Formats: sequence, C-alpha cells, structure tokens
Amino acid sequence: MTELFYSGAVVAVIATLLVIVQTNVVHALIYLVLSLLSVAVVFFSLGAPFVAILEAIVYAGAIMVLFLFVVMMLNLGQRSRDQEKDWLPARTWFVPSVLAAVLLMQLTASFPSAQTQIKEIGARAVSELLFGPYVLAVELASFLLLAGLVSAYHIAKKS
Amino acid sequence: MQWEVGSALNIASILAVVIVIAAMLIWVERRLLGFWQDRLGPNRVGPFGLLQVVADMIKIFTKEDWIPPFADRFSFVLAPTIIMIVILFSFSVVPFAPGVGIVDSNIGVLFVLAMASLGAYSVMLGGLSSDNKYALLGSLRAAAQMVSYEVFMGISLLGVVALAGSFNLREIVVAQEGGWFVVPQFIGFIIFLIAGIAESHRLPFDIPEAEQEICAGYHTEYSGMKFGMFFVGEYLGLVLISSLITVLFFGGWQGPLLPPLVWFFIKASCFIAFFILLRAAIPRPRYDQLMSYGWLFLLPLSLINLLITGAVILLAN
Repeated sequence: MTELFYSGAVVAVIATLLVIVQTNVVHALIYLVLSLLSVAVVFFSLGAPFVAILEAIVYAGAIMVLFLFVVMMLNLGQRSRDQEKDWLPARTWFVPSVLAAVLLMQLTASFPSAQTQIKEIGARAVSELLFGPYVLAVELASFLLLAGLVSAYHIAKKS
Repeated sequence: MQWEVGSALNIASILAVVIVIAAMLIWVERRLLGFWQDRLGPNRVGPFGLLQVVADMIKIFTKEDWIPPFADRFSFVLAPTIIMIVILFSFSVVPFAPGVGIVDSNIGVLFVLAMASLGAYSVMLGGLSSDNKYALLGSLRAAAQMVSYEVFMGISLLGVVALAGSFNLREIVVAQEGGWFVVPQFIGFIIFLIAGIAESHRLPFDIPEAEQEICAGYHTEYSGMKFGMFFVGEYLGLVLISSLITVLFFGGWQGPLLPPLVWFFIKASCFIAFFILLRAAIPRPRYDQLMSYGWLFLLPLSLINLLITGAVILLAN
C-alpha cells in the first residue's frame, strides 16, 4: 500500500503542476481529472475505498465533465492560449514557490513519523456515521443542494 | 498457475475472450440484423461469413491513420484509448463464475459507475479535439446524455445493492440464490436497461453519432484504428452492460445442470441479442425527447423504486 500511496501522490503533484502550467484549457482539464483520480488512489491506499470511489465518481466523473461541457461551448482558441501565457510569466513563479517551499518544510517537520497502521473503512461504516452522528450535516448539505437546484431552475426558466 | 480470482491465467483469458467476443459481435450484429430484416447480411468470407471480422480488422489496421492538421493532437489521440481502457477496467470487477474474475472488490458496483462516468470523456474529448461542427454537436449531445443517464443508472442499482446488502458484485450474485433480483427489482431492471443503452450510446439512443443528422457525430474525423477503437469500444460496452444485467438482476452464473460459465454466457448472449433486436426495432428519439424522458420520467421512477425498496426492507426486518 505504501508504494501505491507514493505513486499516487507523485502523479497527483505532477498532474496538478501541469494543470497550472498548461495554456490550453482542455489539456489543463485533462490533467485536473488525472490529478483527482490520483488523489482517489491516495485515499484508497490510506484505507478509504468508499471515499476514493466517490472522488472518482463525483469529482472526476461528474463535476469535471460539466467543466469540459462549458469549455466546449466557449470555443476558446489561440487567443485564450496567448492570454494564459501572458498571465503566467516566469517572474510570478518566484514568491509563490518560496512560500510553498516554506509551507512544505513546515509540513514535513510537523509530521515526523508517518502512521503505518491503516484500517480500512468500508462503505457501511461511512454510511453508519453519515446517518448516525452526522445526520444534521447531511441534512444541511442537502438543503444547500436543493437551494442551488431551485435557483438554477429559476435562472433557466423561460420568462 | 491456478484457476482462482485474480490469477494471471484468469486475467489473460478474460481479456482475450472479452475482446474477441466484442470483435465477433460486429459480425453477429450484422447477421442478426440481416435475419430480422429479411436479408442475408455478410455471408461471403469464410463459412457463414465468419471471417468477415478478420477481413474488417485487416482493413481497419492497414488504413491510413490520419490526424487532421487542425485537430488538437493530444486529446485527439487520447480520446479513443479512454473508452477502451475504462470499459476493460469495468470488466475487472465482473464475476463470471465461481473462481473466474479479476478482482473481488467491495466497491465493485461503484467502480463500474465510476468507469462509466469516466467514459464520457472519451466521446467529449473526441468531438472537441476534432474541431469540427458535427463532431462538436455530437459530443455536446453525448455529454448531456451520458451525464444524465448515469444518474438513473446509479439510482436504479441501489435497490439491488440494498437487497443484497453489499456493493460487491460477487456477493450480489450469491445473494440471488433464493431468487433473481429481477422479480423484486423489475422497475430497477428496466431503468438500468434503458440507462445502459444510453450509456453505451447504441441505437436507439445513438444520438451522439446519429449519422443521418450529424454525419458521424463525435468520431467524424477519426479513421483507421482510432475509429476502430471507438467502434470496438461500443461493442465492449454492449458486452459489459449485458454482463452487468446478468450479474445484477439475473443471478449471474447460477443455473441448473450446465456449468456456471455456460450459464453466464447464455444469459449474457440473450441480452446482447436483445440489444441488437432493439436496434432493429425502435427508431431513434429526438434529443430533447431523450432528455425530458430521462429527467421527468426515469428519475422520479427510480427514486420511487428506491424508496419503496427501502421501506419494504425495513418492514421485513
């Protein structure tokens, strides 16, 4: 499982970097999907298969499809690629990289030893928690989704 | 090497058999369509035209594999591989018989759904990267269709999952020893069947390709083996949906007298033939009809089905 974790993590980091660097929106989206899938692999290797597969279904499979759907209709061409290039010149990299490096050092310092004991949490355990102690949070989340649904209906309605 | 779940022999033979069956279906479909439409179908190459597939394959492999200069190379090449990969991945959780299968996953059903939703990228990227009006129209249709029908596909399966008490496909088959789930979950079966056709975008739901309206839809610009991958991918999807229906609703490998693999094969073949019959029998709906039918009819129906199933299970306990 450790090898799986590290390979998933490496792919996630590289893919996320490529999302930022890419100037072509569609390529960036493809790398974002790859990044989400490798995060799913990381979850799986940490003993959370249910969360991993939900990440793949919801984020990689549904939300990113909608992103791509929107990009498809925008018809972005060479102009947006040039614009992206202008927005990300080499000098903007300096300060964020330093800050990220500091953050990374702090992170590695605060986790001196990795936990090696992994307990697998299946779908049943997750749902018992969701509909047991956290049922209020689930209800609130569904309120939020319903509100989004109703407002989307309102906006899309023919007047 | 042993004949157990996940052995190398198992993986290799499942991969080979699935791909060969998918390729053979090209011939089977044309012969069956010919039979139902009172004509012959391909019968010249080899006995009963059996070698037609070989001839098709030789033709497709030796054709020029052309990438249009205006296409986006990266996603153009990526798109056809995605469909093959996700569908072959889905087969890894399908239990064909006791001891025959690749993975016994506790999240098998969800894995299939995840792969089905990733399959949408194939058609979307294919159409988008082609930089062609018809291809773009096709992939817009495909995206909307696949994202919508995925929802009902997932919900229609939940009744089965609730009855079996597991996401593991093998346990779902074992749970059907007392009776097939098609009886208590008949509505779920119908919804899954319809959503399955829509997901593998076959006729009558081949709206993304619809050659009479939009050329060939998302694969208009594809040629050679890249087109072949879309083509075989569609048949792989057909085999996958038939196998899943067999596993989820018709007791998988279970049956009297004959060995389990034969039962699985018979049941899955019936559904494949049924899908081909649907193609011969039903005309294509319009795009908006397909969408409103899904959201206004199938979604409420699948939710009600799930609600009633849950209530009955709770009452029975």
